[in-house]
Amino acid sequence: MTIEQQLKNLAMKSGVTRRGFMQRALALGATTALAKTWANKAFAAEPKMGGRFRVGLGHGATSDSLDPATFLDLYMQTVNASARNNLTEVAQDGSLIPELAESYDTADATTWQFNLRQGVEFHNGKTMDANDVMASISHHRGDTSKSPAKELLKSIVEMKADGANAVVFTLSEGNADFPFILSDYHIPIMPVSEHGVDWQSGTGTGAYVLESFEPGVRSTLKRNPNFFKEGFGHFDEVEIITIADVAARTNALTTGEIDAMDRVDLKTAHLLERQEGVRLVETSGTQHFTFTMRCDTPPFDNVDVRLALKHAIDREAIVRTILRGHGTLGNDHPISSSNRYHAGGLEQRAYDPDKAKHHLKQAGMEGLSIDLSAADAAFAGAVDAAVLYKEHAAAAGININVVREPDDGYWSNVWMVKPYCAVYWGGRPTEDWMFSVAYAADAAWNDSFWKHDKFNQLLVAARSELDEATRRSMYEEMQSIVSNDGGVLIPMFANYVMGLSDKVGHGQMAANWSMDGFKCAERWWFA
Amino acid sequence: MIQIVIMVAQRFALGLLTLFAVSLIIFLGVELLPGDIAQALLGQGATEETVAAFRRELGLNLPPHERYIDWLGGILQGDLGKSLANKREIAELIGVRLENTLFLAFIAAIISIPLALGLGILAALYRNTLYDRAVNVFTLSSISFPEFFVAYILILVMAVHLGWFPSISNIGQELGLWERVYRTVLPALTLTLVVVAHMMRMTRAAIINLLASPYIEMATLKGLSRGRIIVKHALPNALAPIINVVVINLAYLVVGVVIVEVVFVYPGLGQLLIDAVRARDLPVVQATGLLFAAAYILLNLTADVLSIMTNPRLLHPR
Repeated sequence: MTIEQQLKNLAMKSGVTRRGFMQRALALGATTALAKTWANKAFAAEPKMGGRFRVGLGHGATSDSLDPATFLDLYMQTVNASARNNLTEVAQDGSLIPELAESYDTADATTWQFNLRQGVEFHNGKTMDANDVMASISHHRGDTSKSPAKELLKSIVEMKADGANAVVFTLSEGNADFPFILSDYHIPIMPVSEHGVDWQSGTGTGAYVLESFEPGVRSTLKRNPNFFKEGFGHFDEVEIITIADVAARTNALTTGEIDAMDRVDLKTAHLLERQEGVRLVETSGTQHFTFTMRCDTPPFDNVDVRLALKHAIDREAIVRTILRGHGTLGNDHPISSSNRYHAGGLEQRAYDPDKAKHHLKQAGMEGLSIDLSAADAAFAGAVDAAVLYKEHAAAAGININVVREPDDGYWSNVWMVKPYCAVYWGGRPTEDWMFSVAYAADAAWNDSFWKHDKFNQLLVAARSELDEATRRSMYEEMQSIVSNDGGVLIPMFANYVMGLSDKVGHGQMAANWSMDGFKCAERWWFA
Repeated sequence: MIQIVIMVAQRFALGLLTLFAVSLIIFLGVELLPGDIAQALLGQGATEETVAAFRRELGLNLPPHERYIDWLGGILQGDLGKSLANKREIAELIGVRLENTLFLAFIAAIISIPLALGLGILAALYRNTLYDRAVNVFTLSSISFPEFFVAYILILVMAVHLGWFPSISNIGQELGLWERVYRTVLPALTLTLVVVAHMMRMTRAAIINLLASPYIEMATLKGLSRGRIIVKHALPNALAPIINVVVINLAYLVVGVVIVEVVFVYPGLGQLLIDAVRARDLPVVQATGLLFAAAYILLNLTADVLSIMTNPRLLHPR
């Protein structure tokens, strides 16, 4: 391969920043000038306007609704991100930037002032102001709320307008990461209406105006001429299609029926990559798959049993077999290497049947026999992963009985019910958010039913800590506690693997969620 | 003729009773499934508090019989109700899907029925020849493969390699008729391959059965050609069983095409039903279930009426 070809391949891979690209290009022996040329081609390629962008997604059902309180999967998340905006946004490089807010500020992490962007119009012509913001957030609060965002927003004690263009939030306790929470996909800003908020029409401030919405089939959108962001929203029209069958999705991409797809079949990814006119794009973010134990149920209430089970899995084999290498090793805490305060210094837990035996002996539970519940509803390949794990654990003298559960109703009948089960987590952009959602003692989704006093104290303290270095050390300590004491076995972080037509151009790709953080329509273009 | 009218009226009454029974069974079935719509829709994001709020909003805290009677009252007034999941009118939700399903069934039927009858008649005509064997082997193989396999093979050959047809049937209301037909060809062909064998074999068997009858022998002795004997003399008497099989297959084309819909991303009723069951969206499940049941009942009725009309003996029973 010539240097130029190598550079081209490198540039096509995502998750590479411009700087990272330059460094690797120079390491390949390219001259600075050549590397710059390629970096310009790859990262500053002038986006062109126009075209009808068709994206096929593996999710979407007839029961989908435009109500953000019911968003469940990538389909509605993508439609929502194309038509609406939040107060804040996770940018392509993973940092948090203001979106419909112009700026935000706090003195003590408890009172937050959000100044709104002025003159932003909804698709129906109404100018966005503080009332819309408050109505959109209130939609998720109160007794009648069915929204998963209710938990996220429960720390808001008071919310009031400061003029038409500012909103002040008072929290029950300090939270330095509060602006991150407002970037959550459940909390887009919609126009206020007499019944609270108008979610029914799909009106938002986004790059595209929703033209038709057929749940479970397709949605069509057209460009919003008054979009408030410069340099985004390049397509004339966008069509978001539900294609549940992965083979159908792949065929549609290779025959040019669609321009992009999510969730490439990992088993055939190498074949798809060889197809002309199509390329694979991969981002490694916070998505992780777990085996979760209930720490309130014997034998998992014994930390030695938990450690034995964590040592009894061959993570490398799991990543190689289940993810076909499209992922990274997990270290039994949910903070990925793309997070700010990832504890890189923490030693990677390895497959060690002897150590597992040792911990079992400590617990006095040699010859342990347990059930592990799994279904592909938890994550693709969960049952296979569980069976592999069974084989690995056998070497440590642990007998795992894999129980195949029905996909239907998995989240209500198995998850947080059965003592040991497979779980999917999309992950969260901040440490505090992830820990508060699923590891804090009082968290609604504390699926391991884990209570650790030191951890919970640190969590509260770190939340309002504004000093970077102290915060980092606190989060690193928490990761270590979770890894060594927690009830969650995290063997892998899974990449988002997408297929794109060569016609599609994009910049650096956000890794917080699939499809460029749901914003493929806003951020991509036809080259 | 009066008998037919009475029979149709009786059948209609029985059909309504059947529909009522079906709706009760569907209701009980969905009630028995673990979980409800609040849990299904909130999925991993559910908490006890939000599930309870959602149930209150949907009226799921009422006892089952009250909800059923409430729904039945609506249906009797012609109101299908609204989807619990997204508050859309079910009539509107189903309307487009029903039209798509019927369109696909219609295209598949106008390809497969003449094809099956033609092949069957020819197979009877050239019984035990190489042609007969070849047709049998081909149609039986295509019915023996699972539908999705036939579909993938068609996609591979006609969409990926030859590029003649699109691999997915991305159809919408805004498309012209020919564009819609063009995009529906592959799923219709798949369905054709799946249903042809049954109809073809029945046509062949029904005709061959008759070929041993004395009146056919008489026709042969008169010196008529084999083709004329089969089309003019045997076929009219073989119509009753053929019609029955054709209609069963028509019913299948309407209600049994879920897999083909998924593979070709065809927005029909089957996918709607699956999504609704998964979400425990009872009013939608009920409406689709009743539609499917009604399709079966109506088509069966049609089959009976047609068989009676082709058979004078049944027209004048003693």
